Amino acid sequence: MKPLELLRGLRTTLFMMFERPVTYQYPEVKRPVRERFKGRHELKRYDNGLEKCIGCSLCEAACPADAIFVESAENTDEERYSPGERYASTYEINMLRCIFCGYCEDACPTEAIVLEHNYELSYTNRREAIYTRDMLLVPVLPGGHPTPMKTTPGEFDRSIPEMDDPQ
Amino acid sequence: MSVTLTIDGTEVTVPEGMLLVDAAKRQGTEVPVFCYHPKMEPVGMCRVCLVEIGRPARDRATGEPLLDESGDPVIQFGPNLETACTMPVGQGWQVRVASEKAIQGRNEIVEYLLTSHPLDCPICDKGGECPLQDLTMGHGPGESRFLFDDKIHLAKHVPLGELIFLDRERCIQCARCTRFQDEIVGDPVIGFYERGRRLEIVTYSNPGFDSYFSGNTTDICPVGALTTADFRFGARPWELNSAASICPHCPVGCNLTLSTRREARAGGRDIVKRVMPRQNEHVNEIWICDKGRFAHHYARDPERLTTPLVRKNGKLAKASWKEALTRAAEGLKEAGTDLIGVASGRLTNEDLYNLRVLFGKLGGKAILSDPMAGGNLVQRYGVGVGSNLSSLGKRDAVLVIASDLHEEAPIWWLRLKQAAERGATLIVANARATRLDDYAQHNLRYDWGDGARTALGLLHFIGADPELARFEGDRALKSAARAFKRARNATVFFGREGLNYAGTEALARACALMIEAKGRLGEPNNGLVAVWPRANTQGAWDMGLRPDPRGLNTALEGAVAAYVIAADPVGDESASLEKLSTLIVQDLFVTATAELADVVLPAQSFVERAGTFTSGERRVQRLYPAVSEPSGSLPDWKIVAEVARRLEIGLEDTAAPLVFERIASEVRDYSGLSYDDLAVVEPQWPEVGGGDNYFGGTAYANKQGLGVQLAPHRASRPLRWKAPPRASAAKDLLLMPVTKLYDQGRTLRPSKLLAARMAPLQMTLHPTEIERLGLSGAEEAEISWDGRVERLKFTPSTEVPPGSALVPRSVGLALLEPTPVTVRRPN
Repeated sequence: MKPLELLRGLRTTLFMMFERPVTYQYPEVKRPVRERFKGRHELKRYDNGLEKCIGCSLCEAACPADAIFVESAENTDEERYSPGERYASTYEINMLRCIFCGYCEDACPTEAIVLEHNYELSYTNRREAIYTRDMLLVPVLPGGHPTPMKTTPGEFDRSIPEMDDPQ
Repeated sequence: MSVTLTIDGTEVTVPEGMLLVDAAKRQGTEVPVFCYHPKMEPVGMCRVCLVEIGRPARDRATGEPLLDESGDPVIQFGPNLETACTMPVGQGWQVRVASEKAIQGRNEIVEYLLTSHPLDCPICDKGGECPLQDLTMGHGPGESRFLFDDKIHLAKHVPLGELIFLDRERCIQCARCTRFQDEIVGDPVIGFYERGRRLEIVTYSNPGFDSYFSGNTTDICPVGALTTADFRFGARPWELNSAASICPHCPVGCNLTLSTRREARAGGRDIVKRVMPRQNEHVNEIWICDKGRFAHHYARDPERLTTPLVRKNGKLAKASWKEALTRAAEGLKEAGTDLIGVASGRLTNEDLYNLRVLFGKLGGKAILSDPMAGGNLVQRYGVGVGSNLSSLGKRDAVLVIASDLHEEAPIWWLRLKQAAERGATLIVANARATRLDDYAQHNLRYDWGDGARTALGLLHFIGADPELARFEGDRALKSAARAFKRARNATVFFGREGLNYAGTEALARACALMIEAKGRLGEPNNGLVAVWPRANTQGAWDMGLRPDPRGLNTALEGAVAAYVIAADPVGDESASLEKLSTLIVQDLFVTATAELADVVLPAQSFVERAGTFTSGERRVQRLYPAVSEPSGSLPDWKIVAEVARRLEIGLEDTAAPLVFERIASEVRDYSGLSYDDLAVVEPQWPEVGGGDNYFGGTAYANKQGLGVQLAPHRASRPLRWKAPPRASAAKDLLLMPVTKLYDQGRTLRPSKLLAARMAPLQMTLHPTEIERLGLSGAEEAEISWDGRVERLKFTPSTEVPPGSALVPRSVGLALLEPTPVTVRRPN
């Protein structure tokens, strides 16, 4: 062993003692994630409280890990969950299977499912890893109403928001 | 005559008169279509099948084909594209499907069809199996030049009756549905209203879309404009698993595909999400009736039996299989040979075979519950191998006697109607008007109970038996008989309307002799077909069961122990079973009979099990398990074998195919058959399913078996006609049970969708009868017979022959055979 090399190594250590630490004291201190971080899914709502999800199952079809399960049913104006005729009566994601690839987001025609910033997922059994519709849906925004809601006939008869003429 | 033409450089020879679109399909070139359907006349409405057609040029003066320098014919292409679906092929044509001009033309048509299409594929039930989706991907422009803002928005939720929903925006106005109702079914209850973009499909009937075949329009709709209330938003097509099955509701034996999916709502169990037709051009083509399509919910009824019940201290209590089977076996053992087994044609051949063998070994008798005779005659005089109702035409005759096919076997009705329209001689004989009358060339009307007498009258003319001279009928009968005799092929459908057991026996014999007199026994499209009350009644006869000629009640009276499977003698004909020391009932539900039982054994429904049904045309077909069984139930053949094992009788109890092997080794007509033979398929026309759903609709292609039609076997001894039984002494009124498609039977009631269409419990009688019986103004009538008194609502109809009243079967009145009753105005 050469003493010079030992000294060189110790020098690096010495300098590092005056650097800012890169570690975070998780969970007391949390590192903010990037804007496009893909964490736990959320099912979004419109401002008025209606669910964006229309139960089309395209996320389920796109999912490479077969983590999503959707069952749909028909909306009525008496009991409306989402605009249009169809809504997801059952929506489950098995977080143990999910690989957070974001294909479900890409497939969604209404931007209802979004991989948000929550990465703190832990479970003590497999059943807990299945996130149901109620767990995934975001809270109603102020001014909105919870679903199901009663709506006037003809007001929300389209599932997919009006598109602009793509010029 | 055949025609040779060239499509995209490939030569193809097809029969003359074939449409270009079909010729291309046969040759393997895809010409897209929306409005064209191979089962219907072409209309050329959607214009998506545009192709370039070049015809050999002719000299105008001489009419001779023009030749170029090398001696080949000169081909002249027209200036415009033409629709391949309306053009019958011509000799020497050169057709360009893939030319730039043709591609451009189709491209523009698809772009135009999409101008106001909502493109809401994510929520559309057709999405994933949609011809418009597929053909837009294959032939569409990808980008539209039309303004999105100019899209017209129309109603998206228009119920055409409670079974079928219309989405006006999605409709591309191909008229497949209206043409199906008009041309194929002859129920023009839907039609076009308004024009252009405002055009919509409306229903003229009340209740809306009042047709027994309405569900088929959703299969052939090339977009998601028509959807069924049953499957609406139920699942996406790509999520479904499918299993082949056979419809359990009537003797036609329509091939089905059951689409299943595991559902959280159903507690994580597989359930049947929809019932779809499976192509079998010999049986149901690509159609099924609405009963077959919508009446499947009973299989997942929460009231299904899932555990055996045993009577303890006078009450039925849950018990283990072991306990229940031991109790059943003991009961049978104690009864010695005073045993009776009662089964119905709802069971598969495997069940019925095991039951018959068990009772044969025990020394008892297994009988059928429904009083209709003739199964043994169908075995000998049935239709020949290769019979196909859709091959009937000008030289063929069909006699339909004592049956209302539209209610009893709708697909037979449909196919016979079409045969009549193709020129087949249709003779309909019944005591009352039925829906088939409109298409018949000969309508024979007789008095109730005279079905056999009419058949013997026909036989007199056909067979010229002098002994039968006393049955000679009127001119109409003579001319019908002459037409029947003149025809090359002759098929007879006989039913049981207005007849008791003895009546059907005399009728069946007369009809069998008519077939014999024609002298073409065993040939295709010649033979006898029984319109049985249940799907597998013919199979039950083949397995060796038959009704007791004395009637079910009398048969049950003499027994000490009874084993009743899939039958309800108490609910159907008020049998008194109190005298039995042991009553074992094996069923899906706690029926009226099961309530009196000592042991109740839970069986499996048709969606959960394997087996075979033998159709009225004696085609043996397989059903496959589609969903897992409710825990605790067993297939019927297995339960019977388990009971037998406790009586030290060895029956096959491991697998349905092995039971069938035993059937094949013992039952003569089935000899040599195996499940593999029943699973053989061959190419069928038109192609449907998979990538071809733009052509034939979303009916499933048949990959699981066309079944095997059994050949009639030669009669061992000559058949004699039988004099018809004397008509029952008339009292005030003859109460006539008739079959309705939507009755209120236990297997139909769980299908809530059909509730509004189910026949109500009321009798229908002629207005003059209401007056004669002093019932005018009354709400109900009090009728009595054999010590029974019932109060029935009634409604007038001039269609009902005076002296009788019609009452639907299985709607709450326990009555199977025509019965004279006395009528009183209730106080």
